[in-house]
Amino acid sequence: MSVRLEMKNMTKRYGQFLANEGVSIAVGAGEVHAIVGENGAGKTTLMRMLYGMEEPTSGEILLDGKPVSFRGPDDAIRHGVGMVHQHFMLFPDFTVAENIVIGYEPKRGGFFDRAKAMADATALAERYRIPVSPTAVLGECSIGEQQRVEILKVLYQGAEIIILDEPTAVLTPMEVSELLATIRTLAEAGKSILLITHKLQEVMEVADRITVLRGGKVTGAVAAKDTSAEELARLMVGRDLEQLSERTEQRGEPLLVVHQVTMQEKKKKPVLDQVSFAVHHGEIVGIAGVSGNGQSELLQAISGLAAVQSGTIRLKDTDVTNRTVALIRETGLAHIPEDRYFWGAAKEETVAENALMGYHRLPAFSRGIIIQRKWFHHLVAAWIERFAIKTSSAHEKAGNLSGGNLQKLIVAREMGRETPLLLAAEPTRGVDIGAMETIHQALLEKRNKGDGILLVSSELSEILALSDRILVMFEGRIVGELSRAEATEEKISMLMAGGRGDGSTQATA
Amino acid sequence: MLDIFDSSLVSSTIRMVTPILLAALGGSLCARVGIFNVGLEGFILVGAFAAIVGNHFTGSLWLALLLAAFVTLLFSLLFGYMTVHLRANEIVVGVAINFLGLGLTTFLLRAIFGVKGAFYDKDMQGLPQLQIPVLHDIPLLGPILSGHSPLVYVSFAAAILLYLFYYRSVTGFRVRAVGMNATAAKSIGLNTVRLQYLAISLCGILCGLAGAQLSLGQVTMFTEGMAAGRGFIALVAMMLGQSHPFGILASSLLFGLMDAISIRLQGFSLPTQFTAMLPYILTIAAMFFLKDRGMGSNRASQQSGR
Repeated sequence: MSVRLEMKNMTKRYGQFLANEGVSIAVGAGEVHAIVGENGAGKTTLMRMLYGMEEPTSGEILLDGKPVSFRGPDDAIRHGVGMVHQHFMLFPDFTVAENIVIGYEPKRGGFFDRAKAMADATALAERYRIPVSPTAVLGECSIGEQQRVEILKVLYQGAEIIILDEPTAVLTPMEVSELLATIRTLAEAGKSILLITHKLQEVMEVADRITVLRGGKVTGAVAAKDTSAEELARLMVGRDLEQLSERTEQRGEPLLVVHQVTMQEKKKKPVLDQVSFAVHHGEIVGIAGVSGNGQSELLQAISGLAAVQSGTIRLKDTDVTNRTVALIRETGLAHIPEDRYFWGAAKEETVAENALMGYHRLPAFSRGIIIQRKWFHHLVAAWIERFAIKTSSAHEKAGNLSGGNLQKLIVAREMGRETPLLLAAEPTRGVDIGAMETIHQALLEKRNKGDGILLVSSELSEILALSDRILVMFEGRIVGELSRAEATEEKISMLMAGGRGDGSTQATA
Repeated sequence: MLDIFDSSLVSSTIRMVTPILLAALGGSLCARVGIFNVGLEGFILVGAFAAIVGNHFTGSLWLALLLAAFVTLLFSLLFGYMTVHLRANEIVVGVAINFLGLGLTTFLLRAIFGVKGAFYDKDMQGLPQLQIPVLHDIPLLGPILSGHSPLVYVSFAAAILLYLFYYRSVTGFRVRAVGMNATAAKSIGLNTVRLQYLAISLCGILCGLAGAQLSLGQVTMFTEGMAAGRGFIALVAMMLGQSHPFGILASSLLFGLMDAISIRLQGFSLPTQFTAMLPYILTIAAMFFLKDRGMGSNRASQQSGR
């Protein structure tokens, strides 16, 4: 295995801050090289330097032994370095084939030769066994397919070195295993893969070699066969991970009672179909399911963001069916929304203002119509400390925070309400292991205090680690309930796919 | 009432539609690169004035058209510099462009011609009415389709050319890409700045011709503020047509028809002020159909909202 790419002593300095310090990696042809580390460890900075988006302060990049320096992404692409971004760089109204060839369109007589584009895309997809339908409009493709288009685009541009930035963050478990298979196929075809992630199981499954970064420095460079997920976690966090604190059996009175709730647009298939369940004091109820099976709608119904057509929702013995969000929150609900940018934060505003949202009405923080900012800043400072939110100050634009740090801010804000019920949707999406540990611990403490939590997550490991009971949703219905003791990943997966959980795959009636 | 609908109404619709169509097509170019250009009104006005200046001083209609296109192109580059280079808010710049256009033409009207309000010269020739040989002799259709100013035919041709540009050429494909997702366009190495300037310049030329049709095609004079809201109607036509050239053609025809009817109704002893409201009432009505639509891509706007 010859070395194709070498980065030597890469250092990147932003003012006083060293994002990368003396980082060196070497990647061979046909190698899958994982770069792991927590948010802010410098993974992205390193890759941006490789992709020509950042200029290194010092250091050297060698391609096939020759030193290179890229002026921009197009320069990197010309040298065979391609990047699959975490947020896809695609065009929703174009077809799959158009998205693949854009920038390097085949031409005939000065016009765009779409037939050739279609043929090229099809051939490429077959060659690397990446299934896509070239004629489909991209915006109508699933997230998994969009990602395959992104990979094909990079291949079409002639990439020999492919950077994948957190590629599994947005995928369902099924799509993840397909992606990992694709990564292996590409490596077998001689491509070098740089995989940026903090999901260690995936790394152990697919990578040949692993470089661990912490605080901008390399803390470990190991072969996958010589290491374990535990060792990697230790290298990433710099200490042993703590076990979640003991659980006490303490289920109390019903707190949230959802009865026969149906949500349906006129004459369409119901998105929620006669859903009934309860969340008790001192209990975490986990909802598992492939995304798009009604989980989002259920959360919106409970929190008052969407109306239901029939059924009742009672919170603390108050009927809150189809009431306003403000009233429901006042009754005793906090909500960590699943999409932090869409529902959870105002990107253009400051960290402090985002933290304040929802608190502005509380008497402690306002005097008449004037918000008492001074008091509030103490609280925000405490949150930043507790959840280790990386921000230059409370006055920084929320949009400048990394996704994981913004998530921590939202979690802190919603937990800070100390409401009896918490809706937690994907509470650790995109956050690193250390922060995940903090958030899980905080959720468990809340439960142990006697509050109820409704947890929705696409990560089965998260559901299994935290839930006292697990409900599985499929096509708008609850198709199974498992206690903590009886739940296994296999049983849940079966129910998620519409099976009965007893081994048969027949859809439930 | 029925006798307001006759073949000459259709003919006058075709004449009325031209400035709106040209400007709306120009606006769609800007929309396709992600710039909502509310400065069309100002562009048209500058074009109308430049056409009169060109005609008066050169005596040549072709040079007048060329000057209208060129001056408006320069004017559009100012808009481009502010929005693309300085990244100023496009709405604010567009509004400023409209007022600048109004003020500048009013001022130059006095400075160059020494008149207030309007400039008219009986020796000045308007655009000729082209009698198209074979077409002209077709009964019924002939008088409707033949005998218009060359710009009328240019505007319809522009819709077809723009369609080919957007959906057949590589450059048009890239122009659409920039408007759909500028970050993605940059990431694959497209020169988004150049594409945006290209679109804005073409918009300027089209609006310049729209202005020339106003001042040389329909009448042969310049009056202050003679664009009379056509730039904004063009904006609505562009949105109603979803920035698709043929969609714009259809919606522009609708507005042209309203314009023609409003003029026709004046012959029925209705107050002018009242009939003149017709196109604008339609504009407001059109907004109800436009609620969630926008500058071409529903999906794109949904995605960027997330």
